[in-house]
Amino acid sequence: MNPPRNLAAPGSDSPTQRSAAPHPRLTHHRTIGFAYLALSATALLAGLLLSLVMRLHLAWPDWRLPLHGPVLPEEYLGAVTLHGTLMLFFVLTVAPLWGFGNLILPAQIGSRRTAFPRFNAAAFALTALALLTLLASPFVPGGTAISGWTSYPPMSAIAASGPGQALGMDVWLLSIALFALASCIAAVNMLTTILCLRCDGMVWHRLPLTVWGWFTAALLSLPAFAVLLAALLLLFCDRHLQTGFFLPATLVVNGVLIRTTTDGSPLLWLHLFWFFGHPEVYIAILPGIGLTSMVLANFARRRVFAYRLMIAVTLLIGLLGILVWGHHMFVAGLSPFAGSAFAISTMAIALPASAEVLSWLATIWGSRPRLTSAMLFALGFVSLFVAGGLTGPILAQPILDQYLHNTFFVVAHFHLIMAMAGVFGLFLATYYWFPLLADRTLNETLGRTHFFATLVGAYATFLPMHLTGLAGEPRHYAQFTGIAGPAGTLLASTMPLQRIITFAAIFLAAAQLPFLLNLCITLRSPFPSASNPWDATTMEWAPEAPSTASVPLIVHRGPSEYSLDGQNCYPQWQPLTQPEQPE
Amino acid sequence: MPQAPTLAHRLWHLPLDASLHGPALDQHLLLNLWIVLALLALAHVLVFIGLAKRRTRTPPRRQRTIEYLPIATLALLFTVLAARAETLWQAARYTGADPSALQVEVTGMQFVWYFRYPGPDAIFGAVKPELIAPGEGNPLGRDPTDDSGRDDFISSQLVLPAARQVDLRLRAQDVIHGFSVPDMRLKQNAVPGQTIHIHFTPTAPGDYAILCTQLCGSGHYRMAATLRVLSQSDFDAWVARHRMPAMGATP
Repeated sequence: MNPPRNLAAPGSDSPTQRSAAPHPRLTHHRTIGFAYLALSATALLAGLLLSLVMRLHLAWPDWRLPLHGPVLPEEYLGAVTLHGTLMLFFVLTVAPLWGFGNLILPAQIGSRRTAFPRFNAAAFALTALALLTLLASPFVPGGTAISGWTSYPPMSAIAASGPGQALGMDVWLLSIALFALASCIAAVNMLTTILCLRCDGMVWHRLPLTVWGWFTAALLSLPAFAVLLAALLLLFCDRHLQTGFFLPATLVVNGVLIRTTTDGSPLLWLHLFWFFGHPEVYIAILPGIGLTSMVLANFARRRVFAYRLMIAVTLLIGLLGILVWGHHMFVAGLSPFAGSAFAISTMAIALPASAEVLSWLATIWGSRPRLTSAMLFALGFVSLFVAGGLTGPILAQPILDQYLHNTFFVVAHFHLIMAMAGVFGLFLATYYWFPLLADRTLNETLGRTHFFATLVGAYATFLPMHLTGLAGEPRHYAQFTGIAGPAGTLLASTMPLQRIITFAAIFLAAAQLPFLLNLCITLRSPFPSASNPWDATTMEWAPEAPSTASVPLIVHRGPSEYSLDGQNCYPQWQPLTQPEQPE
Repeated sequence: MPQAPTLAHRLWHLPLDASLHGPALDQHLLLNLWIVLALLALAHVLVFIGLAKRRTRTPPRRQRTIEYLPIATLALLFTVLAARAETLWQAARYTGADPSALQVEVTGMQFVWYFRYPGPDAIFGAVKPELIAPGEGNPLGRDPTDDSGRDDFISSQLVLPAARQVDLRLRAQDVIHGFSVPDMRLKQNAVPGQTIHIHFTPTAPGDYAILCTQLCGSGHYRMAATLRVLSQSDFDAWVARHRMPAMGATP
């Protein structure tokens, strides 16, 4: 029988629960964390299916979607918009930050609760409402919005600009406004929890890098989502109150002359959106970066290389992350001088990112780690982070962006660094923390199969996209065939690679079956997990016997301390003894 | 004629390169790509060696050279790449076109491009949004009371002479469009309410793809046009054929 942990499931009858969680079951952070993960899984499934529809349509434009028929251009763009919105907001933000953040963060800082449980629950309720709103958008008259997850005006501001831009766009605005509001609330809760609820001894330089990842992401969330919320409000005014924040004085859309009372600019939206949008992608990846550092150190059985520097690096990535938004706008009509400035700040971010990678390489160097599924996914994260990250400096050079902007080269870049590395971070979290979440350990054989298939699928899908992008293939094109002239020749030349990419995407989706099988088998297994199967040293793994449940948790040392030969581990909850001298 | 694609162009699937600034851009792009490929391989080799290497039991000594050399090298590398790119960017964008450059106005609207030439007076006539009427042969809303617009003419193809700089004035009527000519290594958004200039010099006669690269609606994928680069004499003949008084017709 395992000792119940401080993470005991809400509603269980353990004494820990009664003493540790004075909140009703619905506002317990573990309940909320699981609910966020369930919400993310729903969004992930929907986003994945949409991406497969898109891929099949691109490779075979005449393909008929069963029960639906041929995919029309506006339906393709609706799928693009929904896919991007679902994945960016409801998967890559929700799952690592609010899902695992609720499940693990309080325990990892030695707390048995979050700062504002009711606010936390309210944030989840708003996020769930946002998802329901978004998923309802294809069913409103005119269908879902088609202007992509970035919703550039005037297209997003004027209903006549296309199908889905009327009610569908309003529904999108409502969904994302709810999401932004929820994220601000959740970020305040997370920041306050980290600032105020660390247990005795958990000083700043003993926080695991995972917590630093969550902390920086939550810190970025506040200004980012607040600005997004303001931008959404202004866009709503432009749509319904005849203002012109994002619209010039006159426009002719679809033969209709539109005058606004003011003379605004679409570029203002680009500035506001990307002021949110670029930090957003760091919000999505920072928890994964922190967790990778900790898991590599765990299985290498040594400290994170240059641990304190990595804290600074995490914060520096966050800081630079809010100074680089203009690199999305090099060819958008920005002053070329501004382009140069944003190129420098963007190039600068390559250095802290490189420092992270070097720390990972040094941490595992000559450590002969146990190659568990969790460790493999951490290594996969490193691989994808490098592969996707290296093309970042290319796109940071305005003159190269003048060729590559909005091509599939960009699609390949952000799918590797954000989507694939982000998803590897989520699998890593799942395999690593499963013993804490479900009191079971996932099957290793299925886990390794899942890892290798997913890694191969990810590279097979996204590496060739660099080449179609270099060939000039633009994003957001509903088809590449049937177009006349030299444009048609250029687009059609990518078709052989399109088909390869589609096959690879189907393989990548199918590679998730071993994971689902693993979940089913493991959850039905009668054998509980060992209490600390990875010899982890951070506080979420601290055993908590019933008799000590009311005793405050105390941290005695930094994270990831092991003896030199890796034989002994010194968890953060273990008091210092005379012979060994950590820190 | 455009130069035959090099092996590197074929390996990386780069299209033909037919502009004056293109070869330098391509050279820098290829340099970047090879460096990235090498760094990617190096990182993976280091992971594999690191995993395969036997664990040492001696306490690691802090070696500042080993700690800081890689990051310093990378910093230097990124600085050099950024500086080279900045030089090219400045040359392409910091100054306007040469005064002798050919003026062409590019207007994007869902889902077509129109190209307006100013005629012998080299002045574009005024346009008024309320006069826009594509069905009546006035897709840009040309103001008939403005005399400077009488010699303007509109084309649905962008026709340019080779080896002469062209100054494009980009406009958009409805939503943001992206003006892109992959073979000219050129891309710039056309934004409603703004007139944005870019200039370049096509070097080789031929037909090239013009694509819209900013999502602009359900017909975004078919908002394509053709750039036709002619020799100077062919271009002069084309201009003579298309120059019409008053409302210009599209060929």
